[in-house]
Amino acid sequence: MPRITRTLLLLAALLTLVFFPLFGSSFYVGLLTRILILALFAMSLDLLIGYTGLVSFGHAAFFGIGGYALAIAFQDAAVIHLWQALPLSLAAAALAALVVGWISIRTSGIYFIMITLAFAQMFFYFFFESPRYGGDDGIFLFFKPVLMIGSADILHLDSENNFYYFVLGSLVSSYLLLTMILRAPFGKVITAIKANEHRVCALGYAVNRYKLVSFVIAGTLAGLAGFLEGAHSGYINPSYMSWHESGIAIAIVVLGGMGTLYGPIVGAFIIVLLQDFLPSLTDHWQLLFGGIVISVALFYPMVRPACCRDFMRCSEVK
Amino acid sequence: MTDTILRTDRLSKNFGGLIAANNVSLNFERGQVHAIIGPNGAGKTTLINLLSGDLLPSDGTILFNGKNITSLPPDKISQLGIGRSYQKTNIFATFSCYENCWVAAQSRLNTSMRFFRPAKKLKKVQDRAEMTLDLCGLSSRRDVLASAMSYGEQRQLEIGMMLATEPELLLLDEPLAGMGSEESLQVIELLRRLSRDHTLILIEHDMDAVFSIAEQLTVMVNGRVLETGTVEQIRNSQAVQEVYLGVEEEAT
Ligand SMILES: Nc1ncnc2c1ncn2[C@@H]1O[C@H](COP(=O)(O)OP(=O)(O)OP(=O)(O)O)[C@@H](O)[C@H]1O
Ligand SMILES: [Mg+2]
Repeated sequence: MPRITRTLLLLAALLTLVFFPLFGSSFYVGLLTRILILALFAMSLDLLIGYTGLVSFGHAAFFGIGGYALAIAFQDAAVIHLWQALPLSLAAAALAALVVGWISIRTSGIYFIMITLAFAQMFFYFFFESPRYGGDDGIFLFFKPVLMIGSADILHLDSENNFYYFVLGSLVSSYLLLTMILRAPFGKVITAIKANEHRVCALGYAVNRYKLVSFVIAGTLAGLAGFLEGAHSGYINPSYMSWHESGIAIAIVVLGGMGTLYGPIVGAFIIVLLQDFLPSLTDHWQLLFGGIVISVALFYPMVRPACCRDFMRCSEVK
Repeated sequence: MTDTILRTDRLSKNFGGLIAANNVSLNFERGQVHAIIGPNGAGKTTLINLLSGDLLPSDGTILFNGKNITSLPPDKISQLGIGRSYQKTNIFATFSCYENCWVAAQSRLNTSMRFFRPAKKLKKVQDRAEMTLDLCGLSSRRDVLASAMSYGEQRQLEIGMMLATEPELLLLDEPLAGMGSEESLQVIELLRRLSRDHTLILIEHDMDAVFSIAEQLTVMVNGRVLETGTVEQIRNSQAVQEVYLGVEEEAT
């Protein structure tokens, strides 16, 4: 797809999203909010899978940590201000990603998949078995974070529409941030690592450092998504970090197309709509759902115009 | 009056029971072209892999400009000014030819941990990448996907990427392998030009090429150094003629 077409399509999509709440009912605004949060989560994973070549099967850990940090800060320290809660969530996710990444990137391929999964399971069981944080019931949040200027909350996140715009803003900012990073020298190195890690090392790059930074950026953005999900749904429980959640994120990245930033957004729409639509067709919708994911994984790489992604890659450096 | 750039001292590498490099002690003089020849499986690539840090030696030491680099990883060794090309083409297949050189050239920034300014704004890297393309004769293939280039062109790119890292010592593992005669001549000419201000360690099966540009010659057999000396000395060596050059003649 030529660059100009892509930009126009993205702009059209953005405009639709911006004006949607003016026409859509609050139910659909809520659904769309969920989709956009999932899109952000999957986009952060795509930085690893699609750009750095790291297939993480434990990405939900950071999603969950972002959410739990919000809930715990409220429960233990009565934090309700956005400017405190959000940085706290991001920092918690980043720190967890730093530790998990520091150990995991020493492995590759199937071992990397295993080790990231194992870490996520550890976090899952930690919260699952901690009565203090509600065990498998998790923690309920009876408020939305506030941003006060003087004595007025300027965001009013308890309005469905405002929350929607806050999520849309987060998604767009993350998209722009990642676009910038990918065009910068750092981005060139990680895409090269995906293409041929050994040669990147031979060319004089300390490969592990770049992988680790990529892992931390991805984990932090997943934490942002988890923060939004926790605040939006009003509760957080261990299933946020389950391997199902990690698996869904991988499915979204694969469905939407790895190695593009808009792919995960498209993928999130497909997944959520399928999940909401298929159950009305048949009781065995999970089977159907699995079949669709398998067919896409098998056939999409064949039908997608091969030149498309490479063209975009080439056009970035020039 | 001799000035050693690289020295190995009893360098060895075992793969299980196989000794691929066996007590290799060699001196490489600054500014010279030092060729390493030997039959298949002699351990030439293994030696290069040890020098570039791709393999960790089982024993022995490597000194580069007087500094012990024996157990340094490849990225550190590259940053010290040792560049290498691979016998088995090792490029970024999904990148364009230019992007391959770009990534190589960018490695000479102080750091690539830069997140904000677009890479394409870095004039120095850009110039370096363009110059490299020119050097290795691929300017006309600039935007072609590396995987879509001919095998010979990929071999040229392989050399180009090494050059883009601005090394002072070049480790070339069979740069001519698989090239047509036209391309071969170009590359030999390039190597000759590079030899004016670089040190070259050259592994090559093409004897004409070796004799036309090498000053020093080492013959390896079964992981050991059979003989090392000037090209003239090696030509006249009894042992080499029996073991290696004799074999070569029978083979052709
Ligand atoms: N990673 C490895 N693991 C096990 N054995 C290896 C490995 N690399 C090389 N060898 C063995 O070590 C010996 C020397 O191999 P090497 O590739 O260094 O030879 P070479 O002189 O470069 O040969 P050629 O001219 O065919 O390139 C061979 O017997 C090879 O099979
Ligand atoms: Mg070899």
